[in-house]
Amino acid sequence: MSELLPPVIVGAGPAGIRAAERLVAAGLRPVVVDEAARWGGQIYRQPPEILSGAGFTRPKSALYGFEAGKADAVHRAMAAIRDRVDYRPRTLAWNCEAGALDLLSEGTSEVLPFSHLFLATGATDRVLPFPGWTLPGVFTLGGSQVALKFQGCAVGRRVAFLGTGPLLYLVAYQYLKAGVEVAGVFDTTPFAAQARATAGMLRDPATLAKGLLFVGWLRAHGVPIHNGVRPVRGEGAERVEALVWRDARGQERRTSCDAVAFGLGLRSETQLADLAGCRFRFDEADRAWLPERDGSGRSSVAGVYLAGDGSGIAGADAAELAGERAALALLEDLGRPVEAARVKELDGRLARIAAFRRSLSAAFPFPADWADAIADDTMICRCEGITAGAVREVARSGQAREMNRAKALTRAGMGRCQGRMCSATTAELLSRALGTGPDGVGRLRAQPPIKPLPVSAGAERREVA
Amino acid sequence: MALLQRVAEQGRRVVRFTLDGRPVEALEGDTVLTAMLTNGERLRRTEFADTPRAGFCMMGACQDCWVRTEEGERLRACGTFIADGMRLLSSGEWNS
Repeated sequence: MSELLPPVIVGAGPAGIRAAERLVAAGLRPVVVDEAARWGGQIYRQPPEILSGAGFTRPKSALYGFEAGKADAVHRAMAAIRDRVDYRPRTLAWNCEAGALDLLSEGTSEVLPFSHLFLATGATDRVLPFPGWTLPGVFTLGGSQVALKFQGCAVGRRVAFLGTGPLLYLVAYQYLKAGVEVAGVFDTTPFAAQARATAGMLRDPATLAKGLLFVGWLRAHGVPIHNGVRPVRGEGAERVEALVWRDARGQERRTSCDAVAFGLGLRSETQLADLAGCRFRFDEADRAWLPERDGSGRSSVAGVYLAGDGSGIAGADAAELAGERAALALLEDLGRPVEAARVKELDGRLARIAAFRRSLSAAFPFPADWADAIADDTMICRCEGITAGAVREVARSGQAREMNRAKALTRAGMGRCQGRMCSATTAELLSRALGTGPDGVGRLRAQPPIKPLPVSAGAERREVA
Repeated sequence: MALLQRVAEQGRRVVRFTLDGRPVEALEGDTVLTAMLTNGERLRRTEFADTPRAGFCMMGACQDCWVRTEEGERLRACGTFIADGMRLLSSGEWNS
């Protein structure tokens, strides 16, 4: 019976596409569910398709820079198997329960039963709040990149780049190249830490060289780069007009700008893995609870496979490899022959990337002290305006010792984003108020629907034969 | 003044819609978010603090960019494409 069901892949980014390609090569016809209108994921997101008349014209070299070759290869891989997969674009998988996904596409819901589920759900920016972070003109780094890549727009005329992680310098560089004024790069990492970590990055000289090129290019164009920065506030009433920040010596400074692009690395989208029943563990490097996956991409639940940034941040190259690797595990579990040499090669390449990622996270560490500086009246929840003080209060009064209780009492995590934008903050505030480590306050349970649905979609499950 | 600045891809067909009753233009392939923020400074005002918002993540995660149409429909602006004749509001869900 279960052999009759096609494997279901959620996510058409690098991991999902490489998995689909491998399954197709084995003669299967997977279902590929993706929320976007076109394949590629966030990193290799394609501009909108215009069916008649003038469309988007920038070449891939302009959209993806050094990664154009990889983006093109991933896009072509999916195009080549397009008629051998059941591709469902513009489709949200909003629940996973009892061996079936609930889908919503163009207002129509459907229950899709599966025997083998492959989750490649990706990631979004991890953020912590500062006063003024909800002002128009303050966007995530990833969002600022989407605006440029997907819409040909800059988020402002004079943009400040704030935070940490490889995206910080990459997006600043892309904006500069697009002719936008970069007001400065405000890196939360102290200069010394970055310099030390650079030695470890020699494991991957090509990536290190790109990083150094971005920094060099920015400097050559007179962009000030500041290390060891903490934000004080974004100023403005109707839109952001300046970023006030503290330099490494503790001096308060002000930079006028009309946009702030901001992020502190990435945060995995783990909701479907949670609803599928996967066991989670706390990951020190990502400072987050992640679904367990073994080296092959198997989760703790038989028939559920994980790959890409949705189950641990490792970047697009690793996502491609892990997608293919997990597809091979799936084939093996189906009793299909699997080429041992290919498995060994993928495992080797993934191990090398994992070592490099450890150096990268040392170069861009999470600024753990940021949470201590969040004033009680700072809004931590964009959805419902909940303050840092409200979360600290339920911890200090002994009412909440973990995330879900804090959510019940304060509603932090209960708004429309379901904690995507506030859960990192809530975990930091709670654990610091309680004196535990960041792993000591648990994690938010995922709840269906994992994104808001129109009531007309009908949350009732249809009977499936 | 507009929040978003066009820096490329400006040869597309013009799409006409209204923003708070005012006739304005966008380009085919713009999201509702792009269309509104190249013509204004915000998408909505929040129901909690009456402060302006203009979206945040642009990839369907933060849910900060829900806007109302004059007909009362709710749209996630970053994931919906602009179409001719749309009548969009930037006053917020409860203030329209």
